[in-house]
Amino acid sequence: MASLDRVKVLVLGDSGVGKSSLVHLLCQNQVLGNPSWTVGCSVDVRVHDYKEGTPEEKTYYIEFWDVGGSVGSASSVKSTRAVFYNSVNGIILVHDLTNKKSSQNLYRWSLEALNRDLVPTGVLVTNGDYDREQFADNQIPLLVIGTKLDQIHETKRHEVLTRTAFLAEDFNAEEINLDCTNPRYLAAGSSNAVKLSRFFDKVIEKRYFLRDGNQIPGFPDRKRFAGGTLKSLHYD
Amino acid sequence: MSFLIDSSIMITSQILFFGFGWLFFMRQLFKDYEVRQYVVQVIFSVTFAFSCTMFELIIFEILGVLNSSSRYFHWKMNLCVILLILVFMVPFYIGYFIVSNIRLLHKQRLLFSCLLWLTFMYFFWKLGDPFPILSPKHGILSIEQLISRVGVIGVTLMALLSGFGAVNCPYTYLSYFLRNVTDTDIVALERRLLQTMDMIISKKKRMAMTRRTMFQKGEVHNKPSGFWGMIKSVTTSAPGSENLTLIQQEVDALEELSRQLFLETADLYATKERIEYSKTFKGKYFNFLGYFFSIYCVWKIFMATINIVFDRVGKTDPVTRGIEITVNYLGIQFDVKFWSQHISFILVGIIIVTSIRGLLITLTKFFYAISSSKSSNVIVLLLAQIMGMYFVSSVLLIRMSMPLEYRTIVTEVLGELQFNFYHRWFDVIFLVSALSSILFLYLAHKQAPEKHMAP
Repeated sequence: MASLDRVKVLVLGDSGVGKSSLVHLLCQNQVLGNPSWTVGCSVDVRVHDYKEGTPEEKTYYIEFWDVGGSVGSASSVKSTRAVFYNSVNGIILVHDLTNKKSSQNLYRWSLEALNRDLVPTGVLVTNGDYDREQFADNQIPLLVIGTKLDQIHETKRHEVLTRTAFLAEDFNAEEINLDCTNPRYLAAGSSNAVKLSRFFDKVIEKRYFLRDGNQIPGFPDRKRFAGGTLKSLHYD
Repeated sequence: MSFLIDSSIMITSQILFFGFGWLFFMRQLFKDYEVRQYVVQVIFSVTFAFSCTMFELIIFEILGVLNSSSRYFHWKMNLCVILLILVFMVPFYIGYFIVSNIRLLHKQRLLFSCLLWLTFMYFFWKLGDPFPILSPKHGILSIEQLISRVGVIGVTLMALLSGFGAVNCPYTYLSYFLRNVTDTDIVALERRLLQTMDMIISKKKRMAMTRRTMFQKGEVHNKPSGFWGMIKSVTTSAPGSENLTLIQQEVDALEELSRQLFLETADLYATKERIEYSKTFKGKYFNFLGYFFSIYCVWKIFMATINIVFDRVGKTDPVTRGIEITVNYLGIQFDVKFWSQHISFILVGIIIVTSIRGLLITLTKFFYAISSSKSSNVIVLLLAQIMGMYFVSSVLLIRMSMPLEYRTIVTEVLGELQFNFYHRWFDVIFLVSALSSILFLYLAHKQAPEKHMAP
């Protein structure tokens, strides 16, 4: 059972947008009854069939790391959070459709997570400004999810959805808009479920398959030597 | 004619204060949230504006600006408005927003918020009974009744914050109390955190796989929900789901552990940053200030104890006392009237500015710590209430720091309150708060090194 391969997906976003409800819905197909504060990081696992329905079907574990907190946290909290950003294979950015500030903060969230990964190889952006080129160069697949769709009134829906379409374009990512208290948005066969499946397949591909379709020979997760301190290994 | 000019000056300044409160709300408090109910912002800014106007009137009193009768009129008017806000408006809106958050009561919001407000009024009134705050001459519905109660609450708050602040300030500034944190400590703790996360993940993997096989076999795992669900689950349960509940309990325990480790790691990082900060120039300056403040804190505690034990309330204010000393003992002659006015202006001004600034900073910190997107409205209104009560009581207590000739207006406007009682009450609560803060900080300090040296 535990010998299946796995990928790690971060779930980022402001406090109160619904990350924990979303992860619960994705992993247990049930609505979260009593959402409460996430302190630190909460993890959940989903079993996903890569390339379902084809002869190359293979099952993987997808780990969702739901990191709590806000972008404006103290730098000590940010440094502690950074330990969760190691060897990430995909990022889901969650924002609240009823709160514009949560959408704007997504830029800062993604920079916080991506800078962590760019340290050994790429340019370290120190002033935290949004730089579109950085996202064009980014190898990690992103997905933008907007929550609390049910609280948007019919008349405002079009305007909100246009705004989120721009947002997803900026990140070069797909977007899904839903309500985490209603499982019908992710029902099998719906367009949202298809987008989700495509995203997971993309994440798995980037991690395990080279461009020509061959599988990367397995080796344990890369050790990071960032700044002279030894980051710990994952135990499989 | 002069009344009109004076009024226009007052109104202009009120608008300025209102604007400042508005900006503060938008830029600082609601930085990460979206303001959906503008009522909240308006109420907060209005409370701030009228509170600051009271301080402004005190300053005008000392400096002798504006006509005496128009000052008196504005005092009275300001006081009425502020009491109206603090006793009627803000509590009502707090009740309204609390009720709006609860889904069940959504339909009859107004009714329930009125009920809540009536409950608040009942307790607010009852508050006055055990305290000897009024001479029995006054009727039920007078300004003095309301002010006296608001004063009690406000003075308690002031003393609590003062006591804690007086102790916490040297504790934070002095680098003597900083624990020694090395990089290896942090790395070790992070390693433990990641190990715990990995253990949680492997258990969750088992659960996910079990659920999948159960789903494929057609069994359904019903979480025991509700009272009957729990009773049913005692007698009948599929073997797979039993397994799941067992693993879930282990996972819950591990998750609690991971939360603890996360908080400890954040704490270590914060301490490390403070150690680095203390080595800079600014850090050394604050360290020096810390020694100065610790002496001040000890002196204040000492004075509070003396006041209570010997049952004395200072009759003269520091300015007059200081002038007396210089004139009588040091023999320096100077124009007493002129200097007393200016020195009391500076002293009172400093007290006002530091208390406003200190309060706003504390409120902001509290707000960031406890608010969420749902409760932000309620919390901001609570903070506005606290701010209003705090400022009203500051006016009560500041009377003590002013020379006699300026005190009359405050005494006149606020009516015949037993001012001595408030000072005594302040001393008592200050002492209690300072001593319990010392105890609390001592325990917290002792506990911390043991925590992170455990295997």
